[in-house]
Amino acid sequence: MSEAYIYDAVRTPRGKGRKDGTLHEVTASRLSAVVLNELKERNGLDGHAVEDVIWGNATQVKEQGGCLARTAVLQSDLDERIPGLSINRFCASGMEAVNLAANQVKGGAGEAYIAGGVEMMSRVAMGSDGAAVAVDPSVAMKSYFVPQGISADIIATKYGFSRDDCDTFAVESQRRAAEAWADNRFAKSVMTVRDQNGLTMLDRDEYMRPGTDMQSLGGLKPAFKDMGEVMPGFDNVALLKYPELGKVNHVHHAGNSSGIVDGSSGLLIGSKEFGEKYGLKPRARIKATAKIGTDPTIMLTGPVPVTERIFAQTGMTIDDIDLIEVNEAFASVVLLFMDAFGADHAKVNPNGGSIAMGHPLGATGAMIIGTALDELERTGKGTALATLCVASGMGAATIIERV
Amino acid sequence: MTIFHYDVDADGVATITWDLPGKSMNVLNEDGIRELDAAMDKAIADDAVKGIVITSAKKDFAGGMDLNAISRMAEANPANPAQGIFDGVMALHGLLRKIERNSMDAKTNKGGKPVAWASPGTAAGIGLEIALACHRRIVADNPKAKLGLPEILVGIFPGAGGTTRLVHMMGVMAASPLLLEGKMLAPAKAKSAGTIDEVVPADDLMARAKQWVLNATDADIVKPWDTKGYKMPGGAAYHPAGFQTFVGANAMVHGKTKGVYPAAKAMLSAAYEMTMVPFDTALRIEARWFTNVLMNPSSTAMIRSLFLNKEALEKGAVRPAGVPDQSVKKVGILGAGMMGAGIAYVSAMAGIEVVLIDREQAAADKGKGYSEALLDKGMSRKKVTQEKKDAVLGQITATTDLDALKGCDLIVEAVFEDVGVKAEMTKKVEAIVGAECIFATNTSTLPITELAKASVRADQFIGIHFFSPVDKMLLVEIIKGRETGDRAVAKALDFVRQIRKTPIVVNDARFFYANRCIIPYINEGLRMLHEGVEPALIEGAAKLFGMPLGPLQLNDETSIDLGVKIAKATKAAMGDDYDNAAADEVLFTLFEEGRLGRKSNAGFYEYDEKGKRQDFWSGLDRWANDETNISLEDVKSRLMLIQSLEAVRALEEGVLMDIREGDVGAILGWGFAPWSGGPFSSLDMMGIPAAVALCDRLTETYGDRFACPALMREMAEKGETFYGRFSDQEKAA
Repeated sequence: MSEAYIYDAVRTPRGKGRKDGTLHEVTASRLSAVVLNELKERNGLDGHAVEDVIWGNATQVKEQGGCLARTAVLQSDLDERIPGLSINRFCASGMEAVNLAANQVKGGAGEAYIAGGVEMMSRVAMGSDGAAVAVDPSVAMKSYFVPQGISADIIATKYGFSRDDCDTFAVESQRRAAEAWADNRFAKSVMTVRDQNGLTMLDRDEYMRPGTDMQSLGGLKPAFKDMGEVMPGFDNVALLKYPELGKVNHVHHAGNSSGIVDGSSGLLIGSKEFGEKYGLKPRARIKATAKIGTDPTIMLTGPVPVTERIFAQTGMTIDDIDLIEVNEAFASVVLLFMDAFGADHAKVNPNGGSIAMGHPLGATGAMIIGTALDELERTGKGTALATLCVASGMGAATIIERV
Repeated sequence: MTIFHYDVDADGVATITWDLPGKSMNVLNEDGIRELDAAMDKAIADDAVKGIVITSAKKDFAGGMDLNAISRMAEANPANPAQGIFDGVMALHGLLRKIERNSMDAKTNKGGKPVAWASPGTAAGIGLEIALACHRRIVADNPKAKLGLPEILVGIFPGAGGTTRLVHMMGVMAASPLLLEGKMLAPAKAKSAGTIDEVVPADDLMARAKQWVLNATDADIVKPWDTKGYKMPGGAAYHPAGFQTFVGANAMVHGKTKGVYPAAKAMLSAAYEMTMVPFDTALRIEARWFTNVLMNPSSTAMIRSLFLNKEALEKGAVRPAGVPDQSVKKVGILGAGMMGAGIAYVSAMAGIEVVLIDREQAAADKGKGYSEALLDKGMSRKKVTQEKKDAVLGQITATTDLDALKGCDLIVEAVFEDVGVKAEMTKKVEAIVGAECIFATNTSTLPITELAKASVRADQFIGIHFFSPVDKMLLVEIIKGRETGDRAVAKALDFVRQIRKTPIVVNDARFFYANRCIIPYINEGLRMLHEGVEPALIEGAAKLFGMPLGPLQLNDETSIDLGVKIAKATKAAMGDDYDNAAADEVLFTLFEEGRLGRKSNAGFYEYDEKGKRQDFWSGLDRWANDETNISLEDVKSRLMLIQSLEAVRALEEGVLMDIREGDVGAILGWGFAPWSGGPFSSLDMMGIPAAVALCDRLTETYGDRFACPALMREMAEKGETFYGRFSDQEKAA
């Protein structure tokens, strides 16, 4: 088995995922190509330099359909002999791309890969690709399907996280993200998105609300209360699975849930030999990867069992980890993770997360690995864990170690 | 035997008239299917026939499918009953498709013969499914006519194209209420819902149908789904609107059915899958899901209890043989309280003359006022006319004068639950009424044999236990005292038939049947609370098992003080055998806190000023115990078995004489998990050996009240089921 190393990690700034978002005018394949070209230029990836581009995306229809990975390669300056593989593990697609690439490299199937993902949430609406798990009665009822927001509220109810707990967490995410930007901590990864004329379009995450405080969040209505309690009454389904809760406490809203944004991210993963051949210095080793399936109704608890699994594989414990990125899909997801492992909040998402900066579904998994690596380097620490909850009851995790 | 008559008139209209011999209502059986098929073939083959009218010689079109015919489909293929059902259902689809497409050219859609459906009255189930296959649906303006697909109410769904055609006609969103709620609609409503095309005066029915047939063009008789470019109304499953419809419908159906009723889920699955395929494939999908439901033991049990046996009991399955008709002409009701007033209402509604007695005229008037209020409510909903109201109220005489009871052939005594008071009334009234008069006492707790001691005609003395509210509850429990004679039983049964309720007849023992089973259910909930089980888990588990109310909510509804009264009386009667200290501690605690349940706006739950149920009372925390660790499965099993075992004991002790009554009575009386078909059906479904093992496990962990009855142990050893062992009763259905 050879080792798999991260040679580079880049991401676009995250644009608001709405019609007035700055990246709304950019197509999914173009934004992907911007990332691919950046990696090519920064690392001199001329010719058939990588085995494949593995590209995560959670909504593979319309411009994100038709094997977007290949389309992105063709739109980029990469050599046409590099094929392109689109994958979908919902919110962990970008991470799964990295993990898959790393494991291919470790297994000797190719020396290098570009792995990452993209999600243009302003252009291809979440859920517009259909989903039998929600629509087909025979599987929706078998799996006790409820939307993610309800699942996040189930977590909050079951584990006793109040609205205040979640809002406090969200305020801190905003504070940390603002501080990280002010301190220029994302500089290594964040690239400027330019148009076809080289004109700057976006060079900074635009979703953030730095001034957010408890009071401003306090005015927001719970986003999932109506669909839970009134029409169509998802709480009734939730309580079939979790009758002991009696009722679901709806605590999540737009301010303590991840933001809807456009964005893309890519990592260059390769073997030791690849680095030597291209004169590149490895930044970190991908020490371990893991994925898991969990109860689909509470859906978003995956980070806990997948972390247990990756610890079991590596013989590590939470004390061996210097830095943790847990995707902030919803505040309760991260609160549950911290509770489960007794993790110090200071070590978790030190530069904020998706609540503040947004969560471009197919890209986030790759983004947070890059963010963790930057922070390890900045602080001189060694080991980081990144993990995400995943729709339909899954989880994914990656442990990286600086070299 | 001719079931479908065939006749062609001078204009070339073939009339196919349904007239099942020997029955007042048409139902479709195998012979009927064959004859209708042959009649269609004949009409198609005859060039002189321009069009077809399908109608009925009876006052209604049809009541539905002969459900026994469906079981025979399964029996037709003993090696593979599912294949038998599927083949039978597909054959039925073939017949209806023949009506719909007949001689039409598959490509040009030309050359078909118009088929009109002319219904003089009600059409339910297959009756309406035949109609849906026709090209024009015309119904007489018969005020008694009801049209609909009520299959879901007995645990199946419309499986002869009704689901497929309604979904294709109106889309999933519009079809869902008709399919999922099984509502029967009056003709005008059915027209606005889109299930039929025309409502005409009854006298014009056939003329109008023939006229339509003779004037119909090729375009008039092609169904949209058989034309190019057909689009599902409301959108197919992955059309943006269709997507929302299904995500919402899934949650609603799942939440409502608690995951225990297979039919609604199967219906919705069929509807989903059929939105994406051609029509004939859609019918096949419907047949696969319909077969799936029919093969589900829950559906079998529901059909058996809620349809076949319920009807059998209503038609007098347990009525003593040889007793002439005992229909009630004049009933005297003693006590105009809530029960008496309710009994007066249902009696008057049935056209029975009512004398409603109370000690004070004001109380008697108030009792009659109850009927007036209900009738007014009916009028505001346009369900009752002024004439009807006047007629019903005219039947009720509210008075204090016992002499008015002269001429009554039935007395229903509904005075205060006290042996002395009741005895006094019995004596007084028996002295006034004729010697033939049957005396019934409405009681839920007092032994009939004891009360009968006050009667000089103990063989004409009987218990009738009405459930509250009388006008809503479907069950009536008839209790035989030791001396009660056959005529009294027949009288009570005939009375129950007149007021359109379902009777069960049981022998006299403490709490009879229903309360005997429901009290332990409440107590088990209280015990668990005392053990420290979270109240939400207790209530949730009960609902997951399919109980309409959790035990704590039920106790709030029936009231805590009644529970205390029953507990005290039972303790006094049982002495040392009484083993309910844990439950009583909970009950008495609430009682002492003045939390009497819903009526005091405070019980196990909190209530707001409007009486709307809120969270659990925080005082329940005193029993919270972090160390209590019980699985959801165990909570469910305890709440289920505590009722089922009591039903088995009632059977063993001869209180219950017929398992059909045990099952039907449990569902209608206290809402015992209808999906299961009742306590006996549910034990059969679980498998008696598994039920015995569960009893043994629960006995060891939770106590002797789960001790397995000897009957069940014996059945397990012999490999018997309840419906197998007591099959005589079943066959009698």
